[in-house]
Amino acid sequence: MFTLFLKIFSTPKTVIPVQDFDREQAAILAVGERLQEQVKRLFRGSLAIRQVDAGSDNACEQELVALGNAFYDVERFGIHFVASPKHADMLLVTGPVTRNMAEALRRAYAATPEPKIVVAVGDDAINGGIFKGSYATHDGVGNVIPVHYQIPGDPPTPKVIIYHLLKILEGLERKPTRT
Amino acid sequence: MTIFFSILQAILIPALSPLGVGLVRKLKARLQNRQGASVLQPYRDLWKLFHKDEIISTDASWIFRYAPFILFAVTLVVSASIPFLTAIPGSTLTSDVLVVIYTLAIGTFFLALAGMDTGGPFGGFGASREMTVSALAEGGLIFSLLTIALRSGTTDLFAMSSASLISTTSSYVPVAMAFVGFFIVLLAETARFPFDNPATHLELTMIHEAMILEHSGKRLALMEWASANKLLIFLSLGANIFFPWGIAHSFGFAEMLVSILVFAVKMLILYTAIAVLESSIAKFRFFRLPDLLMVSFILNSVAIAFLK
Amino acid sequence: MLANIATPLGFVALLLLFTVGAIGALLLHRHDHRANVWGSLFAIAGSVWGVLFAIAVLVGGNDIAAAVQLSPFPLFTFSVHIDKLSAFFLAVISLIALFSSTYGIGYVKHYYKQYSIGALGFFYNLFIAGMLLVVSASNGIFFLVAWELMSLASYFLVVYDRKDAQNVKAGFLYLVMTHVGTAFIIIAFLLLYTHTGSFDFAAIKAGAVLIPASMKNAIFILAMVGFGTKAGIIPFHIWLPSAHPAAPSHVSALMSGVMIKTGIFMMIRLFLDILQPVPAWWGLTVVVIGLVSTLLGVLYALTEHDIKRLLAYSSIENIGIILLGVGSALTFTALGMQPLALIGLVAALFHTLNHATFKSLLFLSAGSVINQTHTRNMEEYGGLMKYMPQTALFFLVGAMAISALPPFNGFFSEWLTFQALFQGIAALDFYAKWIFILAAGSLAFTGGLALACFVKAFGATFLARPRSIAVTHTKESSLSLRVGMAALAVFALVFGVFSGRLTSFLNGVGRDLQVFHSSTSFISINTHQNLSAGHFAFVSPLALFVYLLIALVIVVLGVKYLVNRKQKVHLGATWDCGTDLSPRMEVTATGFSHSIVTIFQRVLRPSIQHDIEYRDDQSRYLPKSRTVTLGVSDLYHTYIYNPIHTLVTTLSERTKHVQGGNINVYLLYIFIALLAALVVIR
Repeated sequence: MFTLFLKIFSTPKTVIPVQDFDREQAAILAVGERLQEQVKRLFRGSLAIRQVDAGSDNACEQELVALGNAFYDVERFGIHFVASPKHADMLLVTGPVTRNMAEALRRAYAATPEPKIVVAVGDDAINGGIFKGSYATHDGVGNVIPVHYQIPGDPPTPKVIIYHLLKILEGLERKPTRT
Repeated sequence: MTIFFSILQAILIPALSPLGVGLVRKLKARLQNRQGASVLQPYRDLWKLFHKDEIISTDASWIFRYAPFILFAVTLVVSASIPFLTAIPGSTLTSDVLVVIYTLAIGTFFLALAGMDTGGPFGGFGASREMTVSALAEGGLIFSLLTIALRSGTTDLFAMSSASLISTTSSYVPVAMAFVGFFIVLLAETARFPFDNPATHLELTMIHEAMILEHSGKRLALMEWASANKLLIFLSLGANIFFPWGIAHSFGFAEMLVSILVFAVKMLILYTAIAVLESSIAKFRFFRLPDLLMVSFILNSVAIAFLK
Repeated sequence: MLANIATPLGFVALLLLFTVGAIGALLLHRHDHRANVWGSLFAIAGSVWGVLFAIAVLVGGNDIAAAVQLSPFPLFTFSVHIDKLSAFFLAVISLIALFSSTYGIGYVKHYYKQYSIGALGFFYNLFIAGMLLVVSASNGIFFLVAWELMSLASYFLVVYDRKDAQNVKAGFLYLVMTHVGTAFIIIAFLLLYTHTGSFDFAAIKAGAVLIPASMKNAIFILAMVGFGTKAGIIPFHIWLPSAHPAAPSHVSALMSGVMIKTGIFMMIRLFLDILQPVPAWWGLTVVVIGLVSTLLGVLYALTEHDIKRLLAYSSIENIGIILLGVGSALTFTALGMQPLALIGLVAALFHTLNHATFKSLLFLSAGSVINQTHTRNMEEYGGLMKYMPQTALFFLVGAMAISALPPFNGFFSEWLTFQALFQGIAALDFYAKWIFILAAGSLAFTGGLALACFVKAFGATFLARPRSIAVTHTKESSLSLRVGMAALAVFALVFGVFSGRLTSFLNGVGRDLQVFHSSTSFISINTHQNLSAGHFAFVSPLALFVYLLIALVIVVLGVKYLVNRKQKVHLGATWDCGTDLSPRMEVTATGFSHSIVTIFQRVLRPSIQHDIEYRDDQSRYLPKSRTVTLGVSDLYHTYIYNPIHTLVTTLSERTKHVQGGNINVYLLYIFIALLAALVVIR
């Protein structure tokens, strides 16, 4: 245990500060209903995300898992992942929504209490991506449940994902730029 | 006057408990080389949850609907009955050791029933595991507090937190053993490592979290807040009863200031200890937990034997 | 007016009410409904009179003694002596009988046309009358007559539902075990007779000092076995889990709530009253028996999925708790610490009252569930809260009371028992202290395990979704059943909130025993009805109840009306991870307690057996059906009863050869017997 703590205290800090996020990304892709200001204010301090894998190839999941590590550390923005859609504010859906997962996705959407945000992450989730036109998929989350935002990329890097999350809540400018 | 004091405690403990939980999370994040959310994050989480709608299962009955309220009310009653910042008796009418333990058991009872009420698979086995751990932890809990009660000749929690009775050298060993036993039970009752991981997403590893999977909105907020209250209550008991140096017994300005500062330091140490523990060991396999609880019970029994 | 009731005539009137009820019901046996109403109404009237009578004796302060000599043989002396202890037990019996009979009016309706209701009314009234006589008898022979009456009446009630072969078997086991116990009691009384020359309790008490110590110890062991069999202590409990479920539910309530307490009553009467002074090891033995019974009782209760068997094992657990109180009282009396002994006795008496209340409540609720669903198997229940909401509420009150949750009555009697044990840990020397430490530990664990057991019982029965079609056809029970249950639930709360007053009252009952006449009590109450055990512990039942209520109201109103006004509550489905939830996905009663059974597997010895039926027996590839049988082996059968059974049968086989069938051999036996008699007489 002693060597463990020695290692903890001697490792340098690796968290990427907010200013380093890629601001040359295109404007945030908002579709569907516009989010009301009061909803954005509600979630600005604390956002609970439920990640739904609707038949994805797990590339986006790997990037989402990386969000919690010591480099990107999404928890410092008050964003955390939860285990049940009943606890969630935002559904991050990945994958082109295979036919087998369509009903499950609808139930997850129904089980999330209002107010909620649905974000389609990855090109597969936006319009089917590389699986577009397949008989086994619904070609995008928007065809199954109403989507508010889209994050493009195959898969989008964690930096892009965090940038989009913060932009959605319009909290990027308000975040103190400290490391 | 005393009723005012107990109401003050019943307000202070719920007000400060999310700070404690935030502190543990921040420390764990720092130990993981991350920045982590601010220590005030749990307050924001609770505020947000109170402003969300709820979805309640059609299979649920009034027990599911009222369990969070009952659980929170129980923590309020216990908050008024324990020595918190000072040992000035607030409500001595309910500050008996057994009363406090069994009042907290009411909360556990309804929490388990609420977990079973919705008929989901996770809530059911969460309730089963919670009752197993809780049943085995009660022996250790009563006996650890009994050690100090026998030493001080009373089971009133306010009178037990008196330094003069613990300071003799013959008491150090039993008190230390009883504290270790109490700490193990504390980890069990508040669902911390190695008994339960409060941040897990894997339902098969959940105990406390599994029972609250179906709650949303304000009921979820009350459940999480009650669990934070319970952590603060147990830590206050541990600090004030086993290490009562510096605690105030009467209304003197200097005395109370010292008492509050010493209490803050003790809480800081204990919360840090929990954060360090959670960063160093892994959660135990479920069937190793009864062994740990038996260790607690035996330590406490031996501590009682060492008293005379 | 109370003084007029508290007379021997009042007691005779009490017995007369029950006798008339019994005989009348039997005479009306051709008309089911009239027999039911006659029997129940007289039972209710008798119970009400019984409660009034008992309170009159307790408040009035004079003992009632009456003796009627009907013949020169001691067999026909009717001799009663009702002091405060007896009156207390009379009150408990009558109170529970009152609500049980109220419940019975509606409950018995489902036996119409199947069995003889007249016989039910007859045996039911005789059963209650028998119990009343048992706690008031003051002559050994008369006591045994009353004891037999109680046992036989309850036997006929246990086998009442005789279409089910299990019930008949259970009744037979009950009959054998209770008579084995009675045999031990008879031997104990005969030993007392040889050493004091009389069967009368007062005479035995006067002569108790003359009995040699070894004989007293023998009487203790015999009485412990005999009365313990009736009380259901481990290992003499094997009749309890089969007999209590077999009887009709209101009879189960009486048997479990009151009949087993008559064993406790006689233990208190014999050990704390008649045979004083006693050595300390008696008390320690009773404490050890108590701690074993309580822990094993609740562990076996956790393994059960038959709701009435679960409640029966839970009764064994509570008898253990009562014995912890009695044992500590015995130990302290022997060591001269009378005030501390009084706590133990008061704790035992209070727990007797409380257990009678909440166990009857639980049995009556279980009975109304079984009445509607026609099965005792908890695995087929589920979701009954929506169909039987009031029964569910009453069962919840009973479950909270039995798990010792404040503000109900169970908590306060366990608190008192804990105080008695804590004082023992503080005041006794090494060996006794360790026994008390183990006893307190056992009580602490039992509290937690009982909580788990009743979360399982309530949750599996009433919550979530129905697990079988039978549940969807149920509806709430009729009025008389609900009145019986509601009254007991109210009493559970009332006894809890007013436990201060009750404790001081029970102090008076305890002090009525000669051994405590001049002692003060360690337990006292102050003006606000708060209980304190010397300077050691202090609790306020009323404050606890009020604080909990206020806190709950504040939280509900505060959250609903201050914080959360604009938010809506929607109804949806349980989160099922996208699949369909079937009733089989809920936790079952067996699954709930599986963890605990696995943890205690050295004691409980669970067994699992797989049977597979294949489509083709030759090539065993494709299974058609799988049966998994989970069982818990009963240690006592394996290590105690089966060996005794084998021993007895082997001995019988061997001695069978004496009966040769040959006349000449018999003549030889007579000749040898004559020779032996001649030698002995010389």
